[in-house]
Amino acid sequence: MSSKAISVVTSTAVPLKIENVDTDQIIPARFLKATNREGFGKNLFRDWRYIDNDENKPHEDFVLNQKKYSGKILVAGKNFGCGSSREHAAWAIKDYGFDVVVSSFFADIFRNNALNNFLLPVVVSDGFLHKLFTAIIADPSKEITVNLPSQTITLDGGDSETFQISDYKKTCLLNGYDDINYLLSQRAKIEAFEKSI
Amino acid sequence: MSKTLFEKIWEKHVVESIADGPDVLYIDKHFIHEVTSPQAFAGLEKRGLPVFRPQKTIATADHNVPTLHQELPIKEALSRKQVEKLTENCAKYGVELYGLGHPFQGIVHVIGPELGITQPGMTIVCGDSHTSTHGAFGTIAFGIGTSEVEMTLATQCIMQGKPKVMRINVEGKLHPGVVSKDIILHIISKISASGATGYFVEYAGSTIRSLSMEARMTICNMSIEMGARGGMIAPDEVTFAYMRGRKFAPQGPDWDMKLEEWKKLKSDDDAVFDRELNIDAGDIEPMITYGTNPGQGMGISDTVPDPEKLQDESERNALRKSLTYMGFKGGEKMKGMHVQNVFIGSCTNSRIEDFRMIASLIKGKKKSPDINVMIVPGSQQVAAQIVKEGLDKIFTESGFFIRQPGCSACLGMNEDKVPAGEYCVSTSNRNFEGRQGPNARTILASPLTAAATALTGKISDVRELLNVNPA
Ligand code: SF4
Repeated sequence: MSSKAISVVTSTAVPLKIENVDTDQIIPARFLKATNREGFGKNLFRDWRYIDNDENKPHEDFVLNQKKYSGKILVAGKNFGCGSSREHAAWAIKDYGFDVVVSSFFADIFRNNALNNFLLPVVVSDGFLHKLFTAIIADPSKEITVNLPSQTITLDGGDSETFQISDYKKTCLLNGYDDINYLLSQRAKIEAFEKSI
Repeated sequence: MSKTLFEKIWEKHVVESIADGPDVLYIDKHFIHEVTSPQAFAGLEKRGLPVFRPQKTIATADHNVPTLHQELPIKEALSRKQVEKLTENCAKYGVELYGLGHPFQGIVHVIGPELGITQPGMTIVCGDSHTSTHGAFGTIAFGIGTSEVEMTLATQCIMQGKPKVMRINVEGKLHPGVVSKDIILHIISKISASGATGYFVEYAGSTIRSLSMEARMTICNMSIEMGARGGMIAPDEVTFAYMRGRKFAPQGPDWDMKLEEWKKLKSDDDAVFDRELNIDAGDIEPMITYGTNPGQGMGISDTVPDPEKLQDESERNALRKSLTYMGFKGGEKMKGMHVQNVFIGSCTNSRIEDFRMIASLIKGKKKSPDINVMIVPGSQQVAAQIVKEGLDKIFTESGFFIRQPGCSACLGMNEDKVPAGEYCVSTSNRNFEGRQGPNARTILASPLTAAATALTGKISDVRELLNVNPA
């Protein structure tokens, strides 16, 4: 199994109970000047984390600054990842230490970017999302299990829901394959296609 | 079987369909810029791959360039390095670059169409969500992430699930003072910032047909702001007239041949869309936004909605959060409010037509002394055309200063930012928190509304300056 692969993630979660979180919030444009993929985690949600952009002045009530919340799963309000196509948003979330993002609705480009970076976007119903928020806020030590092979998300000792993912993408994530590996294996077909147009 | 325009173009570009998976989609044109491409080139290098079809990729520097003194080295080290990296990568991999100092440089979605690179029937991608702009020419054009930029460089293909299709029909005559930006802000306010997620949108109807190419680009540009994968408009005589004679448009017998092909690009009369929406052009007023996503817009004479009147708890909280950030109260009128800044620019509204429109409004009038105005043309060619038509004199006489081309305060990546806490009436496309600088407060509007605000210093109804009766 490749080190990138995802299968079963069991972890506590961080509840980001905000809707329409756009990628400008996830990683503001002024931090997009790097030319590599690493290190974006420290600027994740930068302007919500710090007052006046000052690392010594954290916003105490922002979830990432609340010690009681931690884990590999980010649970967020609906329409997560809208706005700019910047893949830096997925890099920042992954780099910070999350492997899964749960919401009732993801923006299209963000979902693709997440999948391409082995960050699993899990779409749940509005009702289940509400249950997750309530459970985590009531007990931050509550664990959630996201099981990719069985396509289920389960609250420790409680409710469970199934989620959708295409067979193709599931295979990629379970085995650590990139789309680009697949496309490169199709070069002959692509060249034949070019001749046909 | 009858088909939509979207389906016709999509199917023509499918190299392979994967069962319960995405399609392998062939890409005709790929635009790149300095911010979302370096990691893609680094990926190629790591894999030891060349660019598969370098002639199908075009590069420019736009997001992170200064808009003053472009002839000098970029002051900020990280920005300079990013732009240099693009130059280096393009040279190394054989990609055409319209970088700083080149007469074709400009915002990627402005230069593609004006150079005639964007052509009907194409598939076009770029690592930028406003790639939807090119859809105005009857193309499938959409934004992608950096991994997909790498895929396109390596194989000229990406893997995409086929979206659903929606048609938005706009019928009727627009009131004076109402322009294409108002149409799209109106549509987004109706459908919400996520209402078209999962869809590709075709705009149709008599109002859309009556618009110029520039105006159509403004509409397609903002498709992403309602969550749509992209937006498109079937090409017609307006499209062909715009394209004829452009630098990279087909010429001579090639043109005639292509034209015949392009004329066939439309949805069949009985094509079925997954969703249809009808908009009456007569219902549209000059629009402004009051919140922190582009769906939070209203007519200029309306009042800010009151969160306390909303039933749904999460909607109430979301609106409260937006209004707190913006410093507005439910029930308040925005018209007449004092603002400190106006930004005219971005891939939504920085084309020559936008400048002609503004010039005709400001001619003989003076800018309000207590407002900061940033005016940024979309490209070197637009900047040159402004001078050629003498519009620059009108701007100067009215007290406006025109900067050099780039994305500028649209995303506040270079030094062009709106100061914390201040308001900016902006012709750009996003009013997200901090988009124009940390704690900046953005109010989206048309170029006419922005120019009217620059003249009066207050959020203004352009119809009062034009002496037409607000409907
Ligand atoms: S002008 Fe703004 S929206 Fe357009 S490409 Fe540049 S940053 Fe993106």
